[in-house]
Amino acid sequence: MRRFRYFKVFAGGVILVGLVVCGVAAPLLAPFDPQEQRLEARLQPPAWSGVHWLGTDNLGRDILSRIIYGSRISLLVGATTVILAGVVGCFLGAIAGYFGRGIDEIVGKVTEIFLAFPFLLLAIALMAFLGQGIVNIILALMMSRWVQYCRVVRGEVLSLKERDFVTAAKALGGKDFYILLRHVAPNTLPSVTVVATFAMAIVIISEASLSFLGLGVPAYIPTWGSMLSEGRSYMSRAPWLTIFPGLAIFITVFGINLLGDGLRDLFDPKLQRQ
Amino acid sequence: MIGRRLIGAIPVLFGISFIVFLLMHLAPGDPVFLLLGENATPADVARVRHEWGLDEPLAVQYWQFISRAMTGDFGRSLKFGEPVTKLVFERLPATIELAGLSLVVAILISIPIGVYSAIKRDTLVDHAGTGLALVGVSLPNFWLGIMLIYFLGGRWNLLPVAGRIEYGMEIHAITGLYLLDSLLGGNFAAFWSAAKHLVMPALTLGTALAAIVTRITRSSVLEVMRQDYVMTARAKGLSERAVVWRHILRNALITVVTILGLQLGALLNGSVITETVFSYPGIGDLLIQSIAARDYRLTQVLILFFGIIYFAVNLLVDVVYTFIDPRIKL
Repeated sequence: MRRFRYFKVFAGGVILVGLVVCGVAAPLLAPFDPQEQRLEARLQPPAWSGVHWLGTDNLGRDILSRIIYGSRISLLVGATTVILAGVVGCFLGAIAGYFGRGIDEIVGKVTEIFLAFPFLLLAIALMAFLGQGIVNIILALMMSRWVQYCRVVRGEVLSLKERDFVTAAKALGGKDFYILLRHVAPNTLPSVTVVATFAMAIVIISEASLSFLGLGVPAYIPTWGSMLSEGRSYMSRAPWLTIFPGLAIFITVFGINLLGDGLRDLFDPKLQRQ
Repeated sequence: MIGRRLIGAIPVLFGISFIVFLLMHLAPGDPVFLLLGENATPADVARVRHEWGLDEPLAVQYWQFISRAMTGDFGRSLKFGEPVTKLVFERLPATIELAGLSLVVAILISIPIGVYSAIKRDTLVDHAGTGLALVGVSLPNFWLGIMLIYFLGGRWNLLPVAGRIEYGMEIHAITGLYLLDSLLGGNFAAFWSAAKHLVMPALTLGTALAAIVTRITRSSVLEVMRQDYVMTARAKGLSERAVVWRHILRNALITVVTILGLQLGALLNGSVITETVFSYPGIGDLLIQSIAARDYRLTQVLILFFGIIYFAVNLLVDVVYTFIDPRIKL
């Protein structure tokens, strides 16, 4: 059973590393410029032995190159959102859990308000009013996602602060913020890692959904969601325009979820005992 | 305790309304310019600003917003020219019908797989079940919808790909739920048409939910299987079938059924995407149309509506949970 958990972490990790490599080395890996239009080669079907492995779109742009470049947006939006939401959520969760009373009450109410909106709907609402753009999409997704970190970290800190090592640190004269940062926060890392992994998967799917709805990044930047949206008009003639970007999203999100599942199983003491 | 929870809901409701109110002020630049275009005359701008109350101080604007929310009078939609509240309630039955059927699809898929996976823990069946759930969680539902349209609607021509009912077919509206109304009116052709139109959207929306519920069901059954009373049931010689059906399932499904209510958020999230993919005329589709037309007022009301419904259902589920499981205290 333990071996199976390691397998999940390994397989998920490989897919995530693949995404990172694709994103970072896109100019080296992509056979064509993703924006290059070759109207004489429009809507060419996939041909494994030909020039365009995954075919071309209605403007003759190479699908494989656009998918490779599209991974940059997924990666950028995914990683930045997860980190920013993590910083905000962990900070608020930690001070709410550690100091309790008034701070906890206020943070609790704010959390409850944000939780009152279904996640994607809040992001859609924010994008509708903020307008398209990478910074806006990161901001919208971050504002909808920090709450999960906050709740988990608050819960963890509530139990950690009662532990003997915290009492000992206090007895030795440690200041609150020092104890929180040096002794309590590191112990929340396993849970935060699991939350962050699942959040990355959700954020990538949400970015694709927003781009699909025309609320994501500007149309000239290739993203998997906007490729799917553009491809819809050519569904009957050129199904590969929608099949491949969708597969790219699915494989990426599947890999990250697999990694999250594996990490959760490894970190969960209840499962380890069995 | 329930009273305390209800009183605690009041500030949250104010918070929801405040966030929705602030959305309008998030728009870069003057929303009136966005609405009227760059070539609007100063007189037009002043008129619209006054009509929308945007010339008032922020606190007054918020008070007006709250007052309108209390009376349900949000004025007219810019795109459709009809009262906003009327538009929302006209489209609501379509979304309720879709969400209801998706819930049925989700239950039919997830509960058998979740229960069987847990009972056969760590076997090939379990791995297949949890693997399937992982695939379901990872599938972008707009892609699933498009693929269904391509195969079931396009290539094999089995199902209609858009709308709620065949063009030209009339249903005498009673509840607004086409399946129910057509049955009540004895119009079976319309029932068949409405049902066919619902299959693909419900499958698309139901699959995402099914994946989540499968995982919850599995872990809930596993949790119950660890309880002492299950061991007692086995120790007193009950057959495995009786242990599973009478002791494990009954207790595990209480949690699952309650948690299904909490998954409304997943349904609301998904309804926006699914309705857009299938041009299904519900409130999710209305939201995207209002955003595309920059009909800010309609967008604001829809977001407020989604927020309040979601919050109210969560609250209701919390309260119901305390009745079902007396160990839980609010």
